[in-house]
Formats: sequence, C-alpha cells, structure tokens
Amino acid sequence: MRNSVRSDSGDFVRTWLAASPPRKRKKVIVLGATSGIAMEVQRQLADRACELLLVARSPQHLASLQADLLVRGAPQVLIFPADLSSIPEHKGVFEFARREFADFDTVLLAYGSMHDQKDSETLIEVLLEELQVDFVSAAAILSLFAAELEHRHVGCIAAITSVAGDRGRRSNYVYGSAKGGLSLFLQGLRSRLHPAGVSVITVKPGPVQTPMTDGMPNASHFADPQEVARDIVRGLERGSPDVLYTPRIWRYIMLAVKWVPEIIFKRLPL
Amino acid sequence: MRFSMSSTQSPFNPPQRQPQSAMSLPQGSPVPRLPKERVFSWGRYPKTEHRHIYKPAWNDWIPGILEAAEQGSLLPFGMGRSYGDSCLNAGRDLVQCHRLNRILGFDESTGIVRCESGVSLSDVIDVFLPKGWFLPVTPGTRFVTVGGAIANDVHGKNHHCAGTFGAHVHQVALHRSDNGLMFCSSRENPEMLRATIGGLGLTGIIAWADVQLKRVAGPWINAQSIPFESLKTFLDLSHESNDLFEYTVAWIDCFSGRNARGIFFRGNHSPECQKKFHPKRGPKLPFELPGWILNRYSVRAFNTTYYTVQAARKRSGLVAYDSFFYPLDSIRQWNLLYGRRGFLQYQCVVPEKSLAAFEKLLDRIAHSGMGTFLAVLKQFGSAKPAGMLSFPRPGLTITFDFAMRGEQTLTLMRSLDEIVQESSGAIYPAKDARMSAAMFETSFPDWRDFVPYVDPKMSSSFWRRVTGAL
Repeated sequence: MRNSVRSDSGDFVRTWLAASPPRKRKKVIVLGATSGIAMEVQRQLADRACELLLVARSPQHLASLQADLLVRGAPQVLIFPADLSSIPEHKGVFEFARREFADFDTVLLAYGSMHDQKDSETLIEVLLEELQVDFVSAAAILSLFAAELEHRHVGCIAAITSVAGDRGRRSNYVYGSAKGGLSLFLQGLRSRLHPAGVSVITVKPGPVQTPMTDGMPNASHFADPQEVARDIVRGLERGSPDVLYTPRIWRYIMLAVKWVPEIIFKRLPL
Repeated sequence: MRFSMSSTQSPFNPPQRQPQSAMSLPQGSPVPRLPKERVFSWGRYPKTEHRHIYKPAWNDWIPGILEAAEQGSLLPFGMGRSYGDSCLNAGRDLVQCHRLNRILGFDESTGIVRCESGVSLSDVIDVFLPKGWFLPVTPGTRFVTVGGAIANDVHGKNHHCAGTFGAHVHQVALHRSDNGLMFCSSRENPEMLRATIGGLGLTGIIAWADVQLKRVAGPWINAQSIPFESLKTFLDLSHESNDLFEYTVAWIDCFSGRNARGIFFRGNHSPECQKKFHPKRGPKLPFELPGWILNRYSVRAFNTTYYTVQAARKRSGLVAYDSFFYPLDSIRQWNLLYGRRGFLQYQCVVPEKSLAAFEKLLDRIAHSGMGTFLAVLKQFGSAKPAGMLSFPRPGLTITFDFAMRGEQTLTLMRSLDEIVQESSGAIYPAKDARMSAAMFETSFPDWRDFVPYVDPKMSSSFWRRVTGAL
C-alpha cells in the first residue's frame, strides 16, 4: 500500500498521499508501560483488541498489568522487564520485540521522570539523571525502532513529551529542556520518516493526575488520565496529528505562552 | 544512585521534602505524604480535614505505608460513596485506593473474578456484562469499589434471595500492619474474613478479593412497576413478589405518612439478548445548588408528580439494567443538589413484627416536612449475615435523605433513633454521620467481638464516635 520513494515524476505527491490514509493499528509496543498515562492508554487499546508488548522496570507490576489487559480483551499481551534509562538494555528490548512481536506497527514511548527543580539545580547527579531518562535514553531507543519501521515502511511512533518543553520556565526548566529536546528530536524524526510513510506523533499533555504529579499544588484540577489517553489512542489510530496537545486547550495556552517576548517572559515568576 | 524511569515507580516527591530522600526511596516504598486536600463523603457532611492522603498505585507500596504509620492513623478510602463519616478519618490519614484498579484474573468456568480493591463495580460491569456475567449483588450506585462493597457489606434489590455482597466473596487478601499480607477465606482465617466483610475498612487494606459473578443472558431486565397506597398493600406485594422476582424495591412518598403511597418495582433478568443496548451517559451537576431549592413545597410537588407519572405509566416492560439499578447515577454528582451544607441519609431496619413502630416512623417524617424525594423501602430476606457487623437483617428497611439544616435535622434524626431503638432495629453505618454510641450498641450488640480484629493502625471518624476508641 505504501510506496517507497522512486525518482519518477509525481512520486512526491504519491508519498504525500500515502502517509495520510488512516489505518487500523494492531500491534503496539509501550515503553514505560507502568506510567500513569500509559496504563490508561493500554486499557483503551485492549478494549479495541490490540496486541500489546509492555516494557517497564518492575516484573511484578508488568505481570499484574498483563493479567488485567488480557481480561479486558487484549488478544495477546507480552511483557519484557527492562530499565529503559539504561541504554545497554535497549538492544535486548529491541531484539525481543523483533523476535516475539514481529510486525509490530506502533511504538508508544511513555516513560519519564520529574524531580524537584530545586534538586536538579543543586545536585548535578539529579540534573544528569533527568536528562538521561527524559531525553538521552528516549532518543536512543526511538532511533532503534525508527530504523526498523522506516525499513518496513509502516507504522506510527508516538512519544509523550510535555507542554513544559515548549518554553523554559524557572520553576521547571530542567524537566522542560529534556522534554523540549525530545520534542525537537521527534520533529526531525518525523521529517525523516515521512517519505517512508511512518507517522511520528509528539504528544504534549498538560498536567495530568498521575503519581508523577501527586503533591503538586492544585493537583485536583489536573486533567483526567482517561481523557488524555482517549486523545492519544485516537492519535495512534489515525497517525495524526503531528503534534498532539491534550487536553486540547493546551494548544492555545502554549501558543499564547510562546508569543510572550523573552524580555517580559524572563521577569514572570512562572 | 538509581534512575527513576517510569513515573509510577518513582513517586513524585513534594517540594517540602528533604533533598536526599528523593534518591534514597527504594522501589516499592510508600508514596510520600501529600499536602492537604479536601476529601468529602457523599453526603458532604461532616466537612473534615485530613492530614495526608496516600494514593498508592501498586499493592507493593502498601506495606511501606502501613509500616510508617502511627497507631490508629490510617483508613482505606474507595470512591467516597459512603454518606457519612465511616469513610473519613478526621485529622488523620486516608489511603485512597482508586489506583489499585486491576483485574488480576477471571475463571470463565466458575465465574470467579479476582480484582484489586480499587476496581469499581462499574468497571466490573463494563468488562463482564458483554461476556454474560453480572454482579451477584449491586447497590444503588455502580460507582463504588469492590473494597468498599466488601467493607460495608452492601446489599441490593435482591437481598431476599441473594443476601449481601459479602456472601459472594470467596477470598480476600488483606494487608495488615501486624501480620503482613493475610489470606482470608472460609478455609483460612475464616473469622478475619467475617470481620472484614462489613468491617468498615478497619481490619486492614484489601489487596485483592475473589468475587463470584453470576450468569445473565444480557443487559435487560423484565421490570414491573405497581403503585400502592398503603403499607399493608406494600407488604402483600412484597411477600407475593419475593418468591417470583429476583429484584424488589419500592419508592415511597415520604409526605404520605403511615398510609404510604408509593411505587413497587420488581424485576428479573430477561433472557433477551438480541436487542441492542446503548449505554447512556447522563448530565453532570456542575456545582452546588443553593440550599433553598429543595424545600417542602418543591419536594412535595416533585413527589406528587413522580407518583402520578409512575402510576399512569405502562406497568411492565423491558428495561436496561442501568436505569433499573442505577437511576441516580444518570445525574453525576447529584449530591451537589443539596447545596453547601450537604445532606444526611437515614437508613434503618425495623423487625417486621414492630409494624407499629414503622408506621410511627413514617408519620414522624411526614409531619416534620423535612423529607425529600429519595425514600426507598425494601423487605430484607432472612439470609445469615456474611459479616460480623453486617447491617441487613430480617425486617423492613427504609432510607430517607434529609438536607442538612443544622440542629433541627439532627433533632429529627434523634427522634427517629428513639423509635428504632424501641423496636430493637438498627442503623446502617455506611449512611450514618451522627448516631450515638447507645444507638450503635442497639444496632450491633456484638460489636465488641469485632474489636480484636481491628488493625492497630486503622481507625475512622465513625469508629471513634460510636465506640469511643482513641
């Protein structure tokens, strides 16, 4: 269905069109399957009878997720315990996916960590860890899967970054810069994979009620993870939009935030 | 130094903590204490403050929470559908279990489902009704957790033939602060199982439970509604229906006194499975309505209209399970209807031989003019109670809502207590926010037998009020 780039005339139009028709995706790999948002996404995918490969650190947690998703209607759920922040483990994850979960067509990267900003300012280890988890390791593992999907000319890659990555703020710029870096990485990847017909979705959620945000001020007003998951699943099914803000209001909020001139922005206590 | 890769495995640390603790939290350690957050019960009365709300995402975080807690400081919390203070722990901590919502297994051949304590009944229905299974017993709302249904040993319209929810629980795994994870079933620790069923969350935190589901053909109920105009007619209807119908309940107009008029609802699961079913999602009450909206005139008008409309309607037909079991769930957050001060629910059971007391009760409420549109009457069956503190027992049970209007509401409810006490009836703890220690003693004369099973680190506002526990 999807053509590779050939050098006759009109191929540009052909590849342009080839990327657009939505196609039902069936085999999904979730990297960071025990994150609050990922767990909701997985339930909704199970409901749609998708096959799943879950990767996360804790074997016990993965086992209980596997049981849950099988009861909820997923025809197959594979689990693979791995610490994705450690790059040497990526090869094992990738090989397992190729061997046991061949023909996967969707990859969702959902892991991340957020430390207290004050700690990342004072402790260099915390800063490096945050960048390692949220950006370096994410870029590394996505590159592996991107090459495979590019080669096969199918699929969709989605990664959860954050609205915090749209502009550096004093209260959260370490997390923000890691997520912002990942957003830029995805932007380039999208352009690279476009001719191969692989779509890349940058998911930018606003604050969501998950264990990661517990204890933040106003946490009870944060978005419901189910709602965020609904948007992501819809995005995975359609392979669009390129940049998915969820809840949608954040597209407009961030548009406004990005427009504030730096000379003013640097004075704002945000 | 370890990486916190997945957010759920690395609990976010609130700003006030010490810098070092972030890195030293081992996996499976308790969630850090969260800053103050208001948590209400469904009646939104009493309005209490809690110290901390734990929100564990995994069962293996709970031992850490238990270990770190002081004596009598914790209480598990589900979806907050208890009306009064039995799900509150004023000035102390709550362990909110809504994230423990995984179904751990299902045996197709027996219909036994194993689920974590925070799985909601709504979720169980959504997953299993399409497979032809339904809850053995369901309360009037689907938005309660399995843990909460066990802890309050909830009953439903089929109490006369199926007993309470707890009667269908085969096994429970209980996190205890003194004993670790404890398995309770009819073979292993049967007394702890009996204490946990109806134990108001005081015996520990349920990790998971095995619940027996029942086979049904589909989502449809063959329902009938029959108007009645006296308590005698109600009793005749109830006696006649209990053998033939799985579900029976009645709504009464609480302004009609002892000549209770109302509508008797009864039904059975229908063998119909072809007809298409579309779940409905109703509106949501977005904010608290002003308190004066529900007054004796508006409620009286509502009740008369409801009775007239129901009495004139078609008497029998096929009804979807959700409108048969959960009419109130169609308006989300309907509790905000009662305004800022909230409301109290009064549910008591009176032995059938004390019919005079029951009539007195109805008269008292009718004269007070404070009743509202929700008044539900049901005849309990004679099933053996599943738990030590189970509320259902043979007799007539009635439920009223009262908008909270301060002392006059409390006075009325105390006067109702006297009537119930005379007839050695009982009050339902899950609905209560104010009963006296003496009333509790009448309701549960054997409550002291339950005390040894209380986890030393658990307590609740309700428990301290009715037993004087510290």
